[in-house]
Amino acid sequence: MDMLCVKNLSISFGGLHAVDSFSITIKKGELYGLIGPNGAGKTTVFNLLTGVYKPDMGQIFLDGKNITGLSTIEINKAGIARTFQNIRLFKNMSVLDNVKCGLHNKYKYSSLAGIFRLPSYFKTEKMMNEEAYDILKVFDLDKEADTLASNLPYGKQRKLEIARALATGPKLLLLDEPAAGMNPAETEELMETIKLIREKYGVTILLIEHDMKLVAGICEKIFVLNFGIELANGLPQDVLNNPEVIKAYLGE
Amino acid sequence: MADYIRKISKNTRSNLITVGTIILIYLACQVLIGAGMMSFLMKGLLMQFCYYGMLAISLNLTVGILGELSLGHAGFMCIGAFTGAFFSKCMINVIQNTFIRFSLALLVGALSAAVFGVIIGVVVLRVRGDYLAIVTLAFGEIVKNVLNALHIGIDSDGFHAAMGAGKLELKEGGTMIIDGAQGIIGIPRNSTFTISVIFLILTYIIISNLVNSRSGRAIMAIRDNRIAAESVGIDVTKFKILAFTISATFAGLAGVIYAHNINTLESSKFGYNMSIMILVFVVLGGIGNIRGSMISAVILTLLPEYLRFLKNYRMLIYAIVLIVMMIFNWSPACIKWRKEHSIKDAAFRLAKKVFKARKEA
Repeated sequence: MDMLCVKNLSISFGGLHAVDSFSITIKKGELYGLIGPNGAGKTTVFNLLTGVYKPDMGQIFLDGKNITGLSTIEINKAGIARTFQNIRLFKNMSVLDNVKCGLHNKYKYSSLAGIFRLPSYFKTEKMMNEEAYDILKVFDLDKEADTLASNLPYGKQRKLEIARALATGPKLLLLDEPAAGMNPAETEELMETIKLIREKYGVTILLIEHDMKLVAGICEKIFVLNFGIELANGLPQDVLNNPEVIKAYLGE
Repeated sequence: MADYIRKISKNTRSNLITVGTIILIYLACQVLIGAGMMSFLMKGLLMQFCYYGMLAISLNLTVGILGELSLGHAGFMCIGAFTGAFFSKCMINVIQNTFIRFSLALLVGALSAAVFGVIIGVVVLRVRGDYLAIVTLAFGEIVKNVLNALHIGIDSDGFHAAMGAGKLELKEGGTMIIDGAQGIIGIPRNSTFTISVIFLILTYIIISNLVNSRSGRAIMAIRDNRIAAESVGIDVTKFKILAFTISATFAGLAGVIYAHNINTLESSKFGYNMSIMILVFVVLGGIGNIRGSMISAVILTLLPEYLRFLKNYRMLIYAIVLIVMMIFNWSPACIKWRKEHSIKDAAFRLAKKVFKARKEA
């Protein structure tokens, strides 16, 4: 069962082929790593998958449904959620409200119900709070629920961003360098959390990472991108020992 | 589990406290008026507090909650004021019941301001930051200047409209409703202090409830990070327009109340200065702080009146007081000092001392 199937995805900015004929198939429940040197086009792939950029060519299928060319909002509704390389939290809102923003489309009531405090407001808010607390507990953030997001330490901000993405109920979760800026202990903890959410929510994950320990430790398959072109794709031990990959990463 | 129940009731509780305080102040004012102890000046200011409060709260929705700087809030107020007053003037002999006529005038004013809110909201989607400020500033000035040149009259043939003075020729027996720079004269003075207070409370409750709901969270998410908001499926277009429209609607309502409190409604009152003044209320009260907007609207309406004894130096001193208040309210050092010397703590210490002394005795 394919969760994500991408065929010949390409985009150019001016004369630069940022991503060229990118094809990948991710099975349901898989944990896929996307690696490559700086400027390889990894984040561009994420931006293409989430509709931030429209591809020049190629097609994206999510769970059998063609989502090519849809807007970011529609793609999120279809089931792709993401985090960002440079953390993008709702800084002036509480931790709880950040997660509740993630639940925006799962629990709905009209603006009028909110303004006039109709019964649907209380009922839905209660369900939202319950689910938001459940998600926060998974990330061990429930004690900080009322803290402003900007006041959280760095590692927890990264976690909160994953929690918010998870709250949208995605089928596929895209993590853009989740361990960036973390110390080894925090990275270790993050690996545990990623494993946990996979089991608990049955979500398929595609992650970009530079921390080879993390990538080798948890990814089931690895895709290597270099100058927008596929360099290698397969099981971790094969990919990481591939001389082409070592050359691209470490130089000759 | 208990946390979120407390959270919901915390918001409701703070609303109740605020509304209760407004009602208490209102009752106190009524007692003072009844006892003849309120000065004529103060009586005239009471309604100003209310509609400036409404304007400040509604602008705070745009500036504080949506995070877009708007310099044309007086424009929405102007539209509400003119359409509401126009309606009242036309219907003065048709609808005899004051309550129904004024209610309809409020509705007309609010709706027409809302329509312009949607239009400006659509523009807002294309521009951001400084550019948005310029667009809204231009909007306010356009509204003011169009109404300054607009002449609408009625005679036996029906309505006639023209731009510019002296272009409108009415038949015998016709009356001028909007007379260009002279504006609308003879609007029925239907606004009362009670009505204004009711609408102030309504504005407060509606906007504070909106902010503390799903839609409010979406609006704040857009303010904090538009790209992230889109990534979690929040419809940026919809909620931006929603915020702008609601903000404009309440500015329009405030305008109708304003128009029915004075005899002559002139468009020149709704210029750039008025928009900036409302913005100053919002900034001093705290961006995003809805209760603060009301308080600062009251203080900054009172201040120039009480500085009248300074004659020519009045506005100079007003500016200085404004700067001092701004520093006292928002400078980190002052916030720290206030925290260390808070009235609550002092009262607590005093109570403790009294209690201790009594115990010893």
